[in-house]
Amino acid sequence: MFLVVNGQRQEFPDRITVAELVQAAGLEGRPCAVERNREVVAKADHGTTHLEEGDHLELVTLVGGG
Amino acid sequence: MDHTTQTTQAGSTGIPPLRIGTHLLQSRLVVGTGKYRDYEVMQEAIDASGADCVTVAVRRERLVDAEGRSLLDFLDTDRITVLPNTAGCFTAEDAVRVSRLGRELLEQLGNPGRDWVKLEVLGDKTTLLPDPVGTLEACRELVADGFQVLCYASDDPRLAVALRDAGAASVMPAGSPIGTGRGINNPHSIALLLELLKDPAQGGDPAYPVIVDAGVGTPSDVTIAMELGADGVLLNTGIAHAGDPVRMAHAMRLALESGYHGARSERIGMRRYASASSPFDGVISTIPGE
Repeated sequence: MFLVVNGQRQEFPDRITVAELVQAAGLEGRPCAVERNREVVAKADHGTTHLEEGDHLELVTLVGGG
Repeated sequence: MDHTTQTTQAGSTGIPPLRIGTHLLQSRLVVGTGKYRDYEVMQEAIDASGADCVTVAVRRERLVDAEGRSLLDFLDTDRITVLPNTAGCFTAEDAVRVSRLGRELLEQLGNPGRDWVKLEVLGDKTTLLPDPVGTLEACRELVADGFQVLCYASDDPRLAVALRDAGAASVMPAGSPIGTGRGINNPHSIALLLELLKDPAQGGDPAYPVIVDAGVGTPSDVTIAMELGADGVLLNTGIAHAGDPVRMAHAMRLALESGYHGARSERIGMRRYASASSPFDGVISTIPGE
């Protein structure tokens, strides 16, 4: 199925979880907040939240800013 | 001024901590973490500034990172309270989304900054001036969602009152537009804003925190903000883009202390004519006209 991750359309296995997505992006174990279709998915729910085709995901972190 | 209380509460600077909502800042200088040449300089500059609160931004993960180094590797998040901002947001809706993502990140870090946000809703990319309507709208929504909201705003006194009434934990008027280094463009407006928010005769509360945020170019700008009666100053570019950021951070810290104490020392009035510091009594000279 396709997902839109950080603005880019990408192919993933069906019903992948948020935790699996974070792992696939190489971000496991680092601070990373996930927004699915404009709603935050809390870290505690990453393992149980299955994604659907066409979901829009934002994977964000903290960077320098004023 | 109760000097006894001040001495018992204050550190070596003689300046008591600043309360913003439930947060207590030991330093009234809040610094940004953006625009530094490298993380090492940033880290040294933060130390030199004495700040125990720093702002950060929320951005998409770059899925491939050349150096593999993260800002968070260079921030002592056990000691420093992180204040996430909504920089880059031009609508209330986006600012609310970014606030919630910032909260989620600070939850993961276990940092005390998880329940607050520096709200920025900007009008355009050229002036980076705050959009007052969007800022007020987002402030209301975030307060309802349990956030302690520190509102970056223009120096308009009535907007400041509206934000305070909407539940903002602090109003942060801009001295001048972000990154311009133009200092305090309209000191009279900041003075009126402070009066409306802090003077009980105007319905204000002396303990309501007001932080001048943005536009600082040089240490005297910080001093002027503090002399006007601000509770603190937030800046980024003035330090990060200085030729010697670490030394400038130190200077900004001293400037804040100067302004804080100066504002509470009952400055002299301005006079039309000079007033000699040495007595005329006993002079051996000839005084013109006498």
